[in-house]
Amino acid sequence: MKNFFATRWGVIAVGAIIGILAAALQKLGNPGNMGICVACFERDIAGAVGMHRASVVQYMRPEIIGFVLGSLAAALVAKDFRPRAGSSPITRFVLGAFAMIGALVFLGCPWRAILRLAGGDLNAIFGILGLIAGVWIGTLFLKKGYDLGPAPKTYSSAGFILPGIMLFFLLLMLIYPQIPGVPKNGVLFYSVKGPGAMHAPVLISIIAGLVVGIIAQRSRFCTMGAFRDLILFRQTHLFGGVITLLLFAFLSNLVFGQFHVGFEGQPVAHTQAVWNFAGMVLAGLAFALAGGCPGRQLFMAGEGDGDAAVFVLGMIVGAAFSHNFGLASSPKGVGPHGIAAVFIGLAVCLTIGFTMRKRAK
Amino acid sequence: MAETVDARGLSCPQPVLDTMKTLSTTSETEVKVLVDTEASKENVSRAVQGKGWKVKEIREMGEEYHLILDKG
Repeated sequence: MKNFFATRWGVIAVGAIIGILAAALQKLGNPGNMGICVACFERDIAGAVGMHRASVVQYMRPEIIGFVLGSLAAALVAKDFRPRAGSSPITRFVLGAFAMIGALVFLGCPWRAILRLAGGDLNAIFGILGLIAGVWIGTLFLKKGYDLGPAPKTYSSAGFILPGIMLFFLLLMLIYPQIPGVPKNGVLFYSVKGPGAMHAPVLISIIAGLVVGIIAQRSRFCTMGAFRDLILFRQTHLFGGVITLLLFAFLSNLVFGQFHVGFEGQPVAHTQAVWNFAGMVLAGLAFALAGGCPGRQLFMAGEGDGDAAVFVLGMIVGAAFSHNFGLASSPKGVGPHGIAAVFIGLAVCLTIGFTMRKRAK
Repeated sequence: MAETVDARGLSCPQPVLDTMKTLSTTSETEVKVLVDTEASKENVSRAVQGKGWKVKEIREMGEEYHLILDKG
């Protein structure tokens, strides 16, 4: 059975669909230029379960849950479910944490960087440049033999663990739904104002998440891989999807009246170009060292990849740290310790890149 | 006598990296690549096309894919 989504035109189609869905999710209630943001949404989930207490960003984002479960469903149907684990998980956990820290300094994951640009937020240009720079540094390490090692096959049930956690979160959300105006309902926290209070209807978010999970798993969609393969192998296969994501999100934004070009006053964004750049250098490097952008890590986790699952959990914990220790930025600019965190993160990632090499050079 | 790249258990981009390395240094005209995910099979197949190699055959062996690459 041929996999259309994994072909050149398939990836291009997937990018277009994601771009349209993201713009639609924003129109239906998700925050500005944040129809889909894996980093922001995982941070919101960290808030929903109380791992941080930044009250404006607490919400159990169904999109993230849909990504994992949709990917799982697609993988099972296509016999692509390959439970595997054991490729230096602690390293991947730390990479996930620093990827999130870097992304929260910029205020977006690679998907959001593209969506921000598609919404007219020119600050995203620095973020995208930073992402490319970080991925480029990662390719230098890859060329020198950086390798976290193989992930042996593992038990089927292990492959179901992260999907199981996500399903559990969904059930919690259905059992303890938001009560309007109330910041905590039983178990979960729900922002009553700020980005965490801005969300599309739950059912729409979950369906959109499932659709994206399915098509992204089948197409192996990965924004980090798009830049990495361009730099490392001069291949444009994944990049085609990134281009159509940008293009169709932009066109959809025009149709929905969501395009406002400029640097100032952009939604959930700041104008500190240097830190928009540097935050994404850290994030890009971490994604490259971990083998996937945050979306891809969710889809791989849905396929049974236990190492990707650990990266996802690292991102969620990193988000908790970010908001508990003032690492995350706000529309006013970098947080009190954001700059230090970027430097620490870069030092850690560079150390990982230099020391975890198979071939001595 | 074919050279073999064993990329089983390796995650992206290792299979393509290892394959590319072997293709550029080998003096053989046939290289065998072993992978165990469909994505790696797609990635390796795609990667070699632009480099003067052809995918002569892909054998599905249980959960593995054995790609036979031909030079030129």
